[in-house]
Amino acid sequence: MSSETKQILTTDGIPLEVSLKKAEKKNKIKAFLLVAPLLLFLIITYIFPIGEMFTRSIDDKMITNMLPKTFKEMESWDGKELPPEAVFSAFYYDYKSLVEKQEHGKLGQRLNKEKNGFNSTTKRLFRNIKRKKIDESISIKEQMIKVHPNWNKVEYWQAIKRTAPPYTLAKYLKGMDMYYAPDGSIVQVDEDRRIHRILWLRTLEIAFFVTLFCFLMGYPIAHLLATLPMKYSNLLMICVLLPFWTSLLVRTASWMILLQQQGVVNDFFVMIGLVADDNRPEMMYNKVGTYVAMTQILLPFMVLPLYSVMKTISPSLMRAGKSLGGTPFVAFWKVYFPLTIPGIGAGCLLVFILAIGYYITPALVGGASGTLISNQIAFHMKQTLDWSFASAMGLMLLTGVLVIYWIYNKLVGVDNIKLG
Amino acid sequence: MALPSYTETRYRIWHYIYLSICAFVFFFLIAPLFVIFPLSFNAEEFLVFSEGMKNLDPDAFSLRWYKDMVYGTKNPWGLAAKNSFIIAIFATIGSIILGTLAALGLSSRHMPYKGIIMATLISPMIVPLIISGVAIFFFMAKVGLAATHTGIVFAHIILGTPFVVITVTATLSGFDHSVTRAAASLGSNPVNTFMKITLPLILPGVISGGLFAFVTSFDEVVVVLFLAGLENTTIPIQMWTGLREQLSPTILAVATCLIILSTLILISAELLRRRSERLRGINR
Repeated sequence: MSSETKQILTTDGIPLEVSLKKAEKKNKIKAFLLVAPLLLFLIITYIFPIGEMFTRSIDDKMITNMLPKTFKEMESWDGKELPPEAVFSAFYYDYKSLVEKQEHGKLGQRLNKEKNGFNSTTKRLFRNIKRKKIDESISIKEQMIKVHPNWNKVEYWQAIKRTAPPYTLAKYLKGMDMYYAPDGSIVQVDEDRRIHRILWLRTLEIAFFVTLFCFLMGYPIAHLLATLPMKYSNLLMICVLLPFWTSLLVRTASWMILLQQQGVVNDFFVMIGLVADDNRPEMMYNKVGTYVAMTQILLPFMVLPLYSVMKTISPSLMRAGKSLGGTPFVAFWKVYFPLTIPGIGAGCLLVFILAIGYYITPALVGGASGTLISNQIAFHMKQTLDWSFASAMGLMLLTGVLVIYWIYNKLVGVDNIKLG
Repeated sequence: MALPSYTETRYRIWHYIYLSICAFVFFFLIAPLFVIFPLSFNAEEFLVFSEGMKNLDPDAFSLRWYKDMVYGTKNPWGLAAKNSFIIAIFATIGSIILGTLAALGLSSRHMPYKGIIMATLISPMIVPLIISGVAIFFFMAKVGLAATHTGIVFAHIILGTPFVVITVTATLSGFDHSVTRAAASLGSNPVNTFMKITLPLILPGVISGGLFAFVTSFDEVVVVLFLAGLENTTIPIQMWTGLREQLSPTILAVATCLIILSTLILISAELLRRRSERLRGINR
């Protein structure tokens, strides 16, 4: 081929290939510009704040900023014996400037979390500084030890040194019922105080069983809806869609009425003689309530994906299976069921993702034994105001959800989510 | 579903078991909604069926909780309803605009990084609400929009757009792009083409996405709990506080109204879905 082979040119004299690429690029930019407003909006108001939750959860700059001189001096201290005079005086001057800014109380509280007894130890130093009892011209180390004997204990100085790094994983450890021991190793809290582990396990357990119940109840009705003639199935579909469109709080309220001790369900049990009238079981404010209410509320999210998959399966396949000698059970198990697996995957993952982060229903009908990890996050956001701990727990939960979301995306594809 | 006459007895029995399981599940789904209706007309203050109600005594029924809902002096339902509607309407408009534009871009075959962008846009629907609530609260507090209507509207746009994106992308998947090319070849500019050709065709999808966004906003409580001040109270917040503290029959009156509202929305959504399928030539 000679180099004189003519390139195909457009009317403007530009090679067609270049012109096509230019047009493609223009189209790409056009498409992207359409998505850009929403993407930008979400990044600023949503994705970025979630990232901020992360910095908040590991942030431990407070003490780092409060005791700059101390930590500088501590760099050369090996941490095995009582620190030298220089560390004592650096701490003294740091603390003095905090007293002037009236921020010494915060330091005492924060250090007290690290080591019990710090609050009183620092308070006594504060009183001595206020009364100008410390003579800055002689050894500060000896005077501080005189003020409070705790300053003579190496554990207290080790505790201060531990707070030096501006970042800490302590909140994440706390979320898993662990903490940093004085020597810096990670240990578990006592057996009887491991509340968070119980909550994580309970969240997984409830999400798993709710998914299972939804599957067991959703599969038959999705099958019925997919095989019935249109005019009947449309009518029955309302039974699925009406709860789907109804307010979550309304549905939770109706379960609260049904499940209370004098409620309709208990009335019915008494009527058929299952339980005695004076011995009505408690069905609300425990796990039973959470299971029942969550299953009913999440059931439509199982039925709809199953239905949309089952709708595409031709009924002649089952007939073929039977005509080839399979019993109805064999035909169902070998032909129909494998074809519905994509729907099962979609429904189960969706219900599991929604169940694992549930908050409102467990908070209202769950009582103490039916609350989930979300309730604990809300508790720390609203009651204890430990926002960094709430952020840490939220991100631990989010990691789990994102893993499932990723699997869902691989298996089902997010663009295949069906609504109604 | 009639069984063929040659069906063996054991399969016949199994078939009826299957039907009764289905009946039970449908009952389980729908019955809880209907317990609210009669109790909201209860003449007494308790949330149980009184003896009079069981005997259908007319005196046992009354409209007093509906009167209380509307005229009750201490009741914040009026303010809550006003706030709920204002917030939901603006959030819906915002979600529709942003979501439809994004869906148009995503449906273009030229869109780069389609998968990851779609996954990002849908994420507010997947991420647990409590986490969204915390994150959005941090943001709104920082920019000074906490405890304002604007802040809540923005939050609900975040939560509502995924629904619009999903429904409009689904509508656009059956969209015949040759009609827009035909319009362009006849000299129409892109905006004109969109308004006159594309929009009318995808309108059912847009509206049904908008209905989802409306319901999401109207029913949302977790994020609002973090954001709302006393002035911004909404119906879900009032119901939430009511269910936690003084469980009053007025709540059931409100709940009945909400069920009627959701029935209306369901009917419109269903009609729109059928119209959309007809427009796109899908006949089932």
